[in-house]
Amino acid sequence: MKKVALLLLLVVSTMGCKNDDDNTASLVSVGFNFTHNWDENDIQNSDFETTQYINAFGTEQTISKLVYLISDITFTTAAGMVYDSGDFNLVDVREGTNLSYTPNVQVPPGDYAVSFTFGFDDEDNIDGVYPELNQTAEGPWGVPAMLGGGYHYMRLEGKYKDTAAMDIGYAYHAIRANDMNVTPLLLEDTSFVVNLGQVTVSNTTDIEIKMNVAEWFKNPNTWNLNILFATLMPNFEAQKMISENGAQGAFSLGIVTQ
Amino acid sequence: MTHWFAFGLLISLTVFSCTDDEGSQYAATPAPLKTPLLFQELLSDPLIPVSNPQTVEGIALGRKLFYDPILSGDGTQACANCHGQETTFTDPLRFSIGIDGIAGRRNAMPLFNMAWNFNQKFFWDGRSSSMEEQVFDPIEDPIEMHNTAENAVASLQATNVYPDMFAAAFGTTTIDRTLVSKAIAQFERTLISANSKFDQSLEGTATLTPSEANGLAVFMDESRGDCFHCHGSPNSPLWTDNSFHNNGLDEIFTDRGLGEFTGDPRDFGLFKSPSLRNLAYSAPYMHDGRFNTLDEVIDHYSEGLVFSPTIDPLMKTIAQGGIQLIETDKEDLKAFLLSLSDPSFLSNPDFQNPN
Repeated sequence: MKKVALLLLLVVSTMGCKNDDDNTASLVSVGFNFTHNWDENDIQNSDFETTQYINAFGTEQTISKLVYLISDITFTTAAGMVYDSGDFNLVDVREGTNLSYTPNVQVPPGDYAVSFTFGFDDEDNIDGVYPELNQTAEGPWGVPAMLGGGYHYMRLEGKYKDTAAMDIGYAYHAIRANDMNVTPLLLEDTSFVVNLGQVTVSNTTDIEIKMNVAEWFKNPNTWNLNILFATLMPNFEAQKMISENGAQGAFSLGIVTQ
Repeated sequence: MTHWFAFGLLISLTVFSCTDDEGSQYAATPAPLKTPLLFQELLSDPLIPVSNPQTVEGIALGRKLFYDPILSGDGTQACANCHGQETTFTDPLRFSIGIDGIAGRRNAMPLFNMAWNFNQKFFWDGRSSSMEEQVFDPIEDPIEMHNTAENAVASLQATNVYPDMFAAAFGTTTIDRTLVSKAIAQFERTLISANSKFDQSLEGTATLTPSEANGLAVFMDESRGDCFHCHGSPNSPLWTDNSFHNNGLDEIFTDRGLGEFTGDPRDFGLFKSPSLRNLAYSAPYMHDGRFNTLDEVIDHYSEGLVFSPTIDPLMKTIAQGGIQLIETDKEDLKAFLLSLSDPSFLSNPDFQNPN
């Protein structure tokens, strides 16, 4: 009995300082880096509010805020084994926060199809349940209950030159599409999965995710800011158009380093 | 007996095997923040520096210091002179008057719920990056308390009371600037306001009037008030984003706000969004206290916006001068805003002058 107690003591005292890596030597974490460009021109902090971009419609615009949420980074093997991180990352480009992120999943080294969700899918987009999103360092990230609740997918803001060359603010906010004209409120999941393609994961892999901001205004919906510049959150059709444009090439796989 | 010994040894080893060897030698009585249930449910944990844990003795010391004019250059003005509890720890004067009779240029910010300021930028212009750092700013400001840190510390050290209180709080009778800052920050973190009628409505113990309920709808409606992007929602009950905006007050800036601190022209004319809690007690409004009433504030957003290059894009109706609220929506919005007021905060004995 004494031996049992001592053995138990040894085991528990060791476990008290156990490193999670002890028994997972064959699994690795994968780092992700987020970079941003406007048609291949890198967007730096100094570009915010200063650089005039011309969108696909031909309108001059600046960017003052670019914050977006991605979730559920997933690694899928050729055999169909799925490793889903189940967590999320809120990227604030101007503030430079969370531009690097290691999802909460470890995978065996090998070849994977890598994907993530832009925003939250309906399974995760639950109103008020994420304290770190209810109040972020830069403020609330939630969506009003009257619009279905849950969370923003993206806040892209800036100013554009209207037809009279006046600077007008725009708020290109992506959320779950909602139609307040019908009762009960009609909701449509406008998050989308981005398939980055095949990546070989080794012991130290970093994956670049690129966002081309110009794509949000380009394809398939050429965006006219003179009409769709604000109050887009309660605009059912606008939210679907935002989703279509985002899914159509706003994100791509960048450099993979080993 | 053998089992108990082994068990005791086991517990000791498991505890000590993870103990941080750098733990402080002196330990005052821990006093965890009394986080309201609403905040526990909806917000991340409050920010409390590892180097300055909340303690009974530290809070008591900070409270005494907060109310003691000894910190000012001539011993006539305490922090509480411009941050009075009866006005939700702000000043009813548009500009506070310092010890030399000189008025400042900004309205004193109210003090509450600061432990949940997750971007850790304080003051209207964000020039302080922690609650500890901000403490000596007004003490050393020549038009406020007009003292030096050295003189303030020497004054405290020379009393019969403070060395023992610092010993109780921090384990040393030797007072310094850092410990003064820590103590006042500890007290200020206890200034928590979360018992408004609206809070009670979320907890099911109060019911909003139809006017207040419509006011909330105006507040949350992107096509009417669109206030929530900067001022929170029922799910983010601080009622501020703690961030910085140009909300269309001036075409030309006499005060550059955040830009004065950062030097970045993109920050000119940006000021911190204040919380909308306790507006019933915190007039006048805006960074310079230009508006005496909530009606004036609402009118500003409805019809009074003016353009300047750094105006926030969320001021999207700038071309029309504002969001053009109808009168009933204005009245209801005001009713909702007033429902965020917490009278119990003004009478909480834990925050009163102990001297």
